[in-house]
Amino acid sequence: MKKTGAQIFIESLRMEGVDTIFCYPGGATLYITDALYYASDIKQIIVRHEQGAVHASDGYSRASGKVGVSLVTSGPGATNTVTGIATAYMDSIPLVIFSCQVNTMLIGNDAFQEADIIGITRPCTKHSYLVRDVNDLARIIKEAFYIARSGRPGPVLVDIPKDVSANIGEFKYTDKVSIRSYKPTYIGHAGQIKKAIKLIASSKRPVLYTGGGIISSGASAELLKFAEKLSIPVTNTLMGLGGFPGNHPLFLGMLGMHGTYAANMAITESDVVIAVGARFDDRATGKVDEFAAHAKIIHVDIDPTSISKNIKVDIPIVGDSRHVLKKMLDFIEEDKEDTKDYPASISEWTKQTKKWQKEYPLTYLKDGTLKPQYVIEKIFELTKGKAIIATEVGQNQMWTAQFYKFLKPRSILTSGGLGTMGYGFPASIGAQVAFPDKLVINMAGDGSIQMNIQELATAVQFNLPVKVVILNNRYLGMVRQWQELFYEKRYNWTQMDHAPDFVKLAEAYGAAGYRIEKEDEVETVLKEAFQNGRPTLIDVRINPDESVYPMVPAGAPLSEMLLV
Amino acid sequence: MRHTISVLVENEFGVLSRIAGLFSGRGFNIESLCVAETLDPTISTMTIVTNGNDAILEQILKQLNKLINVIKVIDFQGLDYVSREMVLVKVHADEKTREELLRMTEIFRGKIIDVSLKTYTIMITGDEEKIKAFLNLIKPLGIKELVRTGPIAMIRGDKTIKASEKHSKGGEDGKNVL
Repeated sequence: MKKTGAQIFIESLRMEGVDTIFCYPGGATLYITDALYYASDIKQIIVRHEQGAVHASDGYSRASGKVGVSLVTSGPGATNTVTGIATAYMDSIPLVIFSCQVNTMLIGNDAFQEADIIGITRPCTKHSYLVRDVNDLARIIKEAFYIARSGRPGPVLVDIPKDVSANIGEFKYTDKVSIRSYKPTYIGHAGQIKKAIKLIASSKRPVLYTGGGIISSGASAELLKFAEKLSIPVTNTLMGLGGFPGNHPLFLGMLGMHGTYAANMAITESDVVIAVGARFDDRATGKVDEFAAHAKIIHVDIDPTSISKNIKVDIPIVGDSRHVLKKMLDFIEEDKEDTKDYPASISEWTKQTKKWQKEYPLTYLKDGTLKPQYVIEKIFELTKGKAIIATEVGQNQMWTAQFYKFLKPRSILTSGGLGTMGYGFPASIGAQVAFPDKLVINMAGDGSIQMNIQELATAVQFNLPVKVVILNNRYLGMVRQWQELFYEKRYNWTQMDHAPDFVKLAEAYGAAGYRIEKEDEVETVLKEAFQNGRPTLIDVRINPDESVYPMVPAGAPLSEMLLV
Repeated sequence: MRHTISVLVENEFGVLSRIAGLFSGRGFNIESLCVAETLDPTISTMTIVTNGNDAILEQILKQLNKLINVIKVIDFQGLDYVSREMVLVKVHADEKTREELLRMTEIFRGKIIDVSLKTYTIMITGDEEKIKAFLNLIKPLGIKELVRTGPIAMIRGDKTIKASEKHSKGGEDGKNVL
């Protein structure tokens, strides 16, 4: 069937089941923009900045598990997506980013609004394509979606020159993709899995250390079953939050720089670490040499490059987390001999981890001032853990990770790997598009929110009732905290006393605005804000001196935590 | 430690920069890189000489494998293989030194491929040691310019590296042929 490139583009999206794109127009998108005029079945969320488009598609993807899609124009449109792409790449989020490009004849001529976006994004995409012939367009789109969602997921960029979107070509959408050089391994090696079980069975102090792989492979049910069966304590990375119920008795909390005492001590004292879908990020491990120094390490990861990159692994298992956990459970069922003493044989250990939890819980000084932790605890109480929570980056992010109990996978959207300020608000817009009826809250700081605040217009235009809770301390709080601890309180660059009046700003955009200044206002204002059905900013004036604890100083071992 | 790696890649534009970008972006070192089409025109071979300890090499091999356009990666370490590079060298050649240069080129099984009143341009192929030795010998005569490829490598014997097959270790056949 003959179609224009723009029509092929739309038909291909339909074949992939895409119902939403986040976009921003420009000269090079015009044929596609025009063709989309007739495609009312595809929701087109027009943002205010291309970075917002990619973060929104990223939030959409993290919340729904589907591939997020964005479309931007050439040159500056494309370069504005880089931060969003790098964010998704670091956190292995499946996205397909369509950037439009100048006419093929003009490529390389320094044409108006031309940028070599393939070259610019090469280090932060899983793969990328420049479409040079309209007849390749459908195949490339098929491959792009396949690559984005398979194996270790990630962002794929497709660059479509304007003439390709105008030219007529054959539309044929194949069912199958076969790329001879790309065959991800899902099935973990049976021998290695058995070896791992034997090692676990012989251990006295095992701990499960699980990450974003649990979420992306949909392995949380298997993880829960596995942990409960053997009664092994669980710690999550930031990316893994929600992969294991945050209120479960076996849950130790997050580990790492701002992890709980119990989680960090459990890792330090363990004799076997079962790492599943986690990549030993430096924020999680602390000083590498002293990370689980007495433990044998089992590492399950779909990406072989993650294995033995930072930490030497004793039993590597390349495969999908869900498959491997399932296989482990099967093997335990088949051969009960191995683990017959479990969980009794590790009861001393589980007692010890409980003791740590009891002795050093996450806490904060209750001194009558308005504390961010209190606000987050209240939000958890009011939402009963059922909201989708996005965060920005910094103190707001860490307090949220610590004090909101994530019960289900895909309930936290946060930039773990790249640490992108400005991520949370557009991401929450994406999540709200995916789930119009759910309560979506963005936990923000007064610094971060100003990085993509223009998307308030998008939220208002598309009636997306996102709630932005600004933990406003008039500082770039996390940097301030480091200056306080390690730079003798020289607060250079971190005082944000020239912020706008957020309530008036919200109103100027047509959103609702609230302010909270005292503890006793928190509950009533939040309740009202959560029920008002409108995009909302809530300016919460927290105690500016509050810091995030526990804290492991950079380069120190996990056991050396600064407590409250 | 020095390593020679062969990488079979899709013969498409942009692949070279993905490989080179991987090395530079991750702080790996490339000593030399040779690229050309194979018997199958849809596939190219890249021969890369790099250095690093075992952990770095492991990352290099894994990261290369991870690139979508990479079909196969072979580390020649532990394999029985042959490797050659080629040098073009322009040497000052006057009445006094012409004889000497000609003789040396013959000894090293090189070729004089261009002659002027004042110079010889000599082509020489071989492994790194041989080339080094030749250059050392002619250095006193006055090297005016020098261009060299990096090494290319192949497993000895009848074993081949194919995109579709897992290869096994090289054989012993013809071990002493050059």
